Amino acid sequence: MKCRKCPQKAVINMRQHKLALCAVHFPQWMVEQTQRFIQKYRMFTPEERVLVAVSGGKDSLSLWDILWQLGYQVDGVYISLGIDGGFGYSQKSQALCEKFAAQRGLKLIVVSASDQVGLTIPELAAVTQRGKDKPCSVCGLTKRHILDRVALEGKYDALATGHNLDDEVAVLFGNTLNWNVGYLSRQSPVLPARHPGLVRKVKPLCRFYEREMAAYALVRGIEYIYEECPHAEGSTTIYYKTLLNQLEADRPGAKLSFYLAFLRAKEKGLFAQFFPEEEGLGAGGEVLHTCPNCGGPTTLEGLCAFCRMVDKVHEMGKQT
Amino acid sequence: METVKIVLRDQEYEVKGGMTLRDALNQLGINRESVLATRQGELITDDEILRPGETIRLVAVISGG
Repeated sequence: MKCRKCPQKAVINMRQHKLALCAVHFPQWMVEQTQRFIQKYRMFTPEERVLVAVSGGKDSLSLWDILWQLGYQVDGVYISLGIDGGFGYSQKSQALCEKFAAQRGLKLIVVSASDQVGLTIPELAAVTQRGKDKPCSVCGLTKRHILDRVALEGKYDALATGHNLDDEVAVLFGNTLNWNVGYLSRQSPVLPARHPGLVRKVKPLCRFYEREMAAYALVRGIEYIYEECPHAEGSTTIYYKTLLNQLEADRPGAKLSFYLAFLRAKEKGLFAQFFPEEEGLGAGGEVLHTCPNCGGPTTLEGLCAFCRMVDKVHEMGKQT
Repeated sequence: METVKIVLRDQEYEVKGGMTLRDALNQLGINRESVLATRQGELITDDEILRPGETIRLVAVISGG
């Protein structure tokens, strides 16, 4: 198969776009498209400072690479979660992020979850017994808290994450199966800061298939952690992604059209009543209070969920 | 050697040479949307004819918890 733009051999065929590109034109196209999405969804401007949350995976490192190529003012933040999984998952992923940043002369902020809370994520999950037998719930809560704090302390205008289209469609599929309108109403390429304790969240890769992100990382020679997080095995997200890829194999473009039709429906106000525009209101229209400890948002008066969890850990430490 | 070795993570498969990568993946029950294929480190598209004796390494692309 030949490249659409030159006589070279194509390295990827994107059936949903009827577009095959070579090793030169494919990464160029990815960079151009990312710029188009940043502008289309008004994510950020060249004058603004952006913090990219990197995990050592293909998506976040590729995002950082693309934004760097586009000339944005972009730093990275890596959260060390203390997950080992028998192969040093966190250690290995941190080393890859550090190497990536050093090769490009970029600034990487490293934050250790155990420095913040006193325990690694697996230890925290075991102590708090939050999220049944998996640490994913504790991990998500901790990461969201740390990322907002780091972005606000560093006075960044936006926090960019490497969510790709497959991530977005898996979430959309799950929330549609359950008609979870609160979550559906909040899903967007851009989530404005609705509270002084939050920073704007943006997803510049939200229209790229996961396959394209992996291809971009390979073509650009980006070293990423290939092994999955040991706690992700058997996750619902992976199950949904597998199902959706079966659909995509039979009907090229099904994932993209599902997502874009959802965004169009949202634009027309399909979920507007569930997600009021005003700042200071949560997804269900509830008032967002301010946590007296960290300044973050909370739907209940008093400490936020993260600070309550940390308090619980400290209380348990005193008792033992 | 007539066969082609296809490697995905720690799994190794064998198919006959001369067929397309697309047909080989179909035969093995591997969804082409979930993998990328490399020949000697270079990405290839699924219309490529597999050469007897070669090794094709597949890269799994799905991740996330």
